[in-house]
Amino acid sequence: MYEGIVQDLIDEFSRLPGIGPKSAQRIAFHIVQTENLDVTRLAELLATVRENIKFCRICGNVSEQETCGICRDPRRDSTIICVVEESKDVAAIERTREFRGLYHVLGGAISPIDGIGPDDLSIQPLMQRLADASVTEVILATDPNLEGEATATYLTRLLTTLEIRVSRLASGLPVGGDLEYADEVTLGRAFEGRTTLR
Amino acid sequence: MLRTHKLGEADRIITMLSRRHGKIRAVAKGVRRTSSRFGSRLEPFMVVDVQLYEGRSLDTITQAESLAGYGAAIVADYSAYTAASVMVETADRLSEAESSVQQYLLLVGALRSLARAEHPSDLARDSYLLRALSLAGWAPSFDDCARCGAPGPHDHVVVQLGGAVCPDCAPPGSPVLDAGTRELLVALLRGDWDRAEASDDRVRSRAGGIVSAYTNWHLDRGLRSMSHVESERTTP
Ligand SMILES: [Zn+2]
Ligand SMILES: [Zn+2]
Repeated sequence: MYEGIVQDLIDEFSRLPGIGPKSAQRIAFHIVQTENLDVTRLAELLATVRENIKFCRICGNVSEQETCGICRDPRRDSTIICVVEESKDVAAIERTREFRGLYHVLGGAISPIDGIGPDDLSIQPLMQRLADASVTEVILATDPNLEGEATATYLTRLLTTLEIRVSRLASGLPVGGDLEYADEVTLGRAFEGRTTLR
Repeated sequence: MLRTHKLGEADRIITMLSRRHGKIRAVAKGVRRTSSRFGSRLEPFMVVDVQLYEGRSLDTITQAESLAGYGAAIVADYSAYTAASVMVETADRLSEAESSVQQYLLLVGALRSLARAEHPSDLARDSYLLRALSLAGWAPSFDDCARCGAPGPHDHVVVQLGGAVCPDCAPPGSPVLDAGTRELLVALLRGDWDRAEASDDRVRSRAGGIVSAYTNWHLDRGLRSMSHVESERTTP
């Protein structure tokens, strides 16, 4: 334990995802001890991000405007929608440069034991988007783990009522992991080799 | 494997029910990276032989060998997934203090049965719940009176009293237990599948409501996964 504000800073950092007590301590001391560190810019950026970042009204991706850059881009193919769990999955897929369609961010995966059911995810908004007849294919790109697969199963069943091709990322993706950790080549290949479920 | 929680950047905390040592929580390092050597072995509904390295607060999983993988088959059927979620959450809650080999075997058998689609998943779930609660010392009675033991069958059910109750024990306004639902509950408790599967949807849904109420009464807090089973039934 350290005194007062230094410990407060360490505590704040430890509350962030992916940062344990040791890392929190290292970052805090880096900020305290490093000369010429522009903390004002960092602090302002944090505040600005919180104020200005919204979620795209169409796809749920993080965005600085009402709609995100991908939804606004006229060159994107609006007949294909790729369904992902989180915004960071959009970023991972964008890095592969394999996909030119639009996205839909669910906001997680169905996990009854954590109290997360279909109604807690952005599934109704997805169905509303699909009611517009221009969409011809939905790619289910939920994580290749248990909850992600179960969510894909649920969506497949729900989408059977619509005249839309439903596909799932190729099974070449290693199972058990999070999509965001898949490397670009593997993820790109999974897109190319996606299998039609119906 | 009962359930997992994300930890840090790429780790998970895994909650397991062991054959002999009750419930165990341990850290699986790097398991969320797609390059992890653990693959899907440490996901819920898997039966795994694990080796643990004893840590200061939590143990770390050093090796995992798959004995049976029920996850893939279960997630391919959404109602099986919600049923399995109720099962592992119940096992987790019932093993908070201590557990038994029977409790372990009951869960593994129930998950296997779900994965193989041996029985309708709502019946498999309700049968598991009644038997798991029985093993934990809360056996219901749907034949003789749960309170005084008067020979049944009886026409009322009060979950707070332990099941079916005779006219003398039934408080005024007790819910009625019809013959079909009573027979199904008895069959589920015994694992009499022929009789259980002969029931119709209405009876199954009524029995399911009683099992759910009975389970929530005995576990201090209700099961989180249970509400998603019920909402699932009403969607097409
Ligand atoms: Zn968008
Ligand atoms: Zn009585």
